Amino acid sequence: MKLKTLLLATAASVAFAAPAVTQDAELPPCENCADTMTLVSWGGAYQTSQQKAYAEPYAAATGVTVVWDESSNEAVAKLRAMNEAGNVTWDVVDVVASDAIRLCDEGLARVMDPETELAAAPDGTSAADDFGDLLVSECFIPQIVYSTTFGYRTDVAEWNGKEPEDICAVFDLEAFPGKRSLEKRPINNMEWALLCDGVAKDDVYDVLETEEGVAQALAKLDTIKDQVVWWSAGAETPQLLADGEVVIGSTYNGRLFSVIEEQDQPVKMLWDAQVFDLDGWIIPEGLPEDRLNRALHFVKFATDTQRLADQAKYISYGPARASSAPLVGTHADLGIEMAPHMPTDPNNAKNTFLYNYTWWADNRDDLDAKFQAWLAQ
Amino acid sequence: MSALPPYSSTAQITWYYAFRVICGLIFFFLIFPIIVIAPLSFNAENFFTFTPKMLALDPEGYSLKHYRDFFTNPDWQQALWNSVRIAPVATLLATAFGTLAAIGLSQSHVPFKSTIMAVLISPMIVPLIISAAGMYFFYSRIGLQGTYWGVVLAHAALGTPFVIITVTATLVGFDRSLTRAAANLGADPVRTFFKVQMPLILPGVVSGALFAFITSFDEVVVVLFLGSASQKTLPWQMFTGLREQISPTILAVATLMVAISIVLLTVLELLRRRSERLRGMSPG
Amino acid sequence: MSSATTDAAISATPDDGVVRAADGTPLKKSLARALRREKTRSFLLIAPLLLFILISFIAPIADMLFRSVENNIVEDTIPRTVEALKEWDPDSDELPSEDVFAALHADLEIAVKQRIHTRLGSRLNYEASGMSGLFRKTGRSVRRMDEGNYREQFIEADEDWGELETWRVIRRFSAPYTAGYFLNAVDAERTSEGIELKPENERIYLTLFNRTLVMSLAITLSCLLLGFPIAYLLAHLSLRTSNMLLILVLLPFWTSLLVRTSAWKVLLQQQGVINDFLVWIGLIDDANRLVMINNQTGTIIAMTHILLPFMILPLFSVMKTISPSYVRAAKSLGANDWTAFWRVYFPQTIPGIGAGAILVFILSIGYYITPELVGGTSGIFISNRIAYHISSSLNWGLAAALGTILLALVMLLFYVYDKIVGIDNVKLG
Repeated sequence: MKLKTLLLATAASVAFAAPAVTQDAELPPCENCADTMTLVSWGGAYQTSQQKAYAEPYAAATGVTVVWDESSNEAVAKLRAMNEAGNVTWDVVDVVASDAIRLCDEGLARVMDPETELAAAPDGTSAADDFGDLLVSECFIPQIVYSTTFGYRTDVAEWNGKEPEDICAVFDLEAFPGKRSLEKRPINNMEWALLCDGVAKDDVYDVLETEEGVAQALAKLDTIKDQVVWWSAGAETPQLLADGEVVIGSTYNGRLFSVIEEQDQPVKMLWDAQVFDLDGWIIPEGLPEDRLNRALHFVKFATDTQRLADQAKYISYGPARASSAPLVGTHADLGIEMAPHMPTDPNNAKNTFLYNYTWWADNRDDLDAKFQAWLAQ
Repeated sequence: MSALPPYSSTAQITWYYAFRVICGLIFFFLIFPIIVIAPLSFNAENFFTFTPKMLALDPEGYSLKHYRDFFTNPDWQQALWNSVRIAPVATLLATAFGTLAAIGLSQSHVPFKSTIMAVLISPMIVPLIISAAGMYFFYSRIGLQGTYWGVVLAHAALGTPFVIITVTATLVGFDRSLTRAAANLGADPVRTFFKVQMPLILPGVVSGALFAFITSFDEVVVVLFLGSASQKTLPWQMFTGLREQISPTILAVATLMVAISIVLLTVLELLRRRSERLRGMSPG
Repeated sequence: MSSATTDAAISATPDDGVVRAADGTPLKKSLARALRREKTRSFLLIAPLLLFILISFIAPIADMLFRSVENNIVEDTIPRTVEALKEWDPDSDELPSEDVFAALHADLEIAVKQRIHTRLGSRLNYEASGMSGLFRKTGRSVRRMDEGNYREQFIEADEDWGELETWRVIRRFSAPYTAGYFLNAVDAERTSEGIELKPENERIYLTLFNRTLVMSLAITLSCLLLGFPIAYLLAHLSLRTSNMLLILVLLPFWTSLLVRTSAWKVLLQQQGVINDFLVWIGLIDDANRLVMINNQTGTIIAMTHILLPFMILPLFSVMKTISPSYVRAAKSLGANDWTAFWRVYFPQTIPGIGAGAILVFILSIGYYITPELVGGTSGIFISNRIAYHISSSLNWGLAAALGTILLALVMLLFYVYDKIVGIDNVKLG
């Protein structure tokens, strides 16, 4: 529960703090460092926000050439292949927390020392304290708090003017007919299914631990299976919603923000039962010294207080440092306040679901296999 | 079929025209999807469908913005550059190796000819996903995964069967007495090859090279597995675009690629005619 | 008498009427030498490519075959345990001895330090669910264990260590080679009672193989249905017209696969061109747009379009060679149009149908890109599953086993193709 308290605290300070004065620490020179660097991320609006907030200022300050690879959704597989070959071509990789845990467990990501390798907050708070509970793995440097939640179209004629109010609308084909999009993996979907099948929030993982619980969740998903378009990349749901191919779909909240606010589509957020998750950097194990130095130098720069706050100018994800929260301001192009669009904003976070990292790390292989078998049937 | 005899019955006449209509529909099915993307690529909106303005032929409904995006967006430009950097080298390797091997195979006494042929043709037969999987595992072991040369070698391997097939086809009609005559007249084998054999099989070599080029230029499965960000090719960018961030820029690229196909097809057709004329197989 | 001695005898006596080459050697010998030289030359011409293909293509395929049975990970990660377990009888009702638990402790301590124990857990999880969690949990507590009495401490860390089945699985898969991936690939598993099929709700690959074959067959049939009239028309028009129309077949053939797939995506979407058109002419109403994408329909339509030229071209080249006099003869003997076509013309096109059908079928069962983009979940093929195991689930052994089965299938079909058409007769364009 500590994670949640911290997130809400972050949100509160986001909402009430006045825009703080930007202060740029002098970037120390990088010694014995490579001239180019490959960053791996997710593509789309998210990568753009990283490019603007981190990569461009860094390149301007150092003259380094940055190459982007949009392979984050296959990061674990590709890193394993590279590791086997002894030829790691990536320098800094953006992954979600669960992948970071897996990479760290398998010895594919480098263990970080937050005290020496990350920047302290402007007020002197150590990085470890500033990130706090969000350092869920020794290898992981969190950047943002995001949530997986639903967006729906507001112009569906068959809904007769009704709008979904809670998560169970997704499973209600009678009141809310039409295609839905869900992620092609068990995580989150299984939990939502159980929540809407009468399981109490606190019991979800206990139920899911049993064979019957898995069957129950899949049976609930079965009721909407032939209406579901399954996505594997975060940009799919926004596109499907914008094209009218689906009427409601899950994705990351920042992607929905850009559909609603930037592209002005008739889409609204359904924040109910949003699932918080973390996204951040890892540095692969086995980099040659000059590239490792470059990666460390970049990561220290890109995860300092100001930079994390800067990213929120471009996308509606909450910065992972407590000290960045007061610095979050307005959107770079639209000029709107970003705070009400953060998943952690009290208005949006009335009913949230906490994702259990350890449980999923232990059970992911089993549930993946069962879910995929169910999907193929 | 060529003409309807004057004594045809009504049923015959009906069928004659019905058949042509059916064929017309099938041709439409073949060609329509390729044609339809061209007007859509000039869409002024970010949609994949005809807007009312486009249907009303309002000039405002059309724009070149997706083409502009293609030519200014660094991602697309990088992808284009990578394709241009990979395909010709792969083609060169495939054509050089393939032509030599085809000439070798055309000799009359080659031991294990059919086995060798099967091995050399196999990259064309084995499903791409299996080639990609195998290469991914193996190239990972030897450190070629994610490198420029890894992709080039893989594409060259995929292209060689086409070179072998086209060159072999031109060699079938090749009159062996020509090389013997050259040898009799005192030309050494290298000179014979370049002065006598090469001009005759050249159409086959060039069309084989075109096939090898298009194989590499269009290939996505293998590069998806073997490549890393710095080898992202045009088809790869299209693939991620189609799966992830769908934008009509893809249609602009697709239209340009259709234009390239038309050029290639024309070249091939001219080559085929030339080859047939050279070998005296057709009066044209 | 051997021929060599004959030759020697002959060359010793020049005036015996044997035909000789200009330099005086007997023609037979000289021919043999020329033949040898020719063989060497052709071999030298072929060798570079052969070597190249062997290294860049055949070796990867062989490596994949190897991966489908390779299983070194257990022995590499917990070598002492594997050794100690050899003493244990898996059929007994007793847990392994304390020695085995001590060995496991020693192994895991090293493995945890190197951070490789979770990989072993994932590997064993393919064979028995729960193993991944077991190794992770134990990995977290192994450092805190005291010396001695390991059995109790392990069972305390996770009660699964007290289960006989856990140990049976480890023992069963401690050999460096395994058939486990292949069993998984056909939805079977090896339990204590021998090999049996998995429970119904976990079967997936047989369904997928089956679907791949059925859908490829459907695609082949629709290609034949659409390709036959076109080939017939082309073969019966004047050369000039048919060459013109042939371009309509060749253009799609030369157009990038991704271009054609994106075109179909644009056409088939619910808000796409076809649905818009149907709504516009009033055939369907706006609320009931047809679902033609992200399902089997999408895959079949798009792939039929993509593979159609591969059916038309071989059919056309066979039909071109069929002499019209047979049909004319049949008609003059009183056959009506249909009989003349069906009994006389059609049988002569069978080689073309065979060649085209097998080619289309071979190509379609290995397709990946198009099903991935327009197939949703119900329209995907076994290839998509292979890709999934390579890049998402990381079960490379299973990917290799599935690939091997698919490869065997394709090879079999190709053998048939070779028998019917011959590899040498493959034509392009």
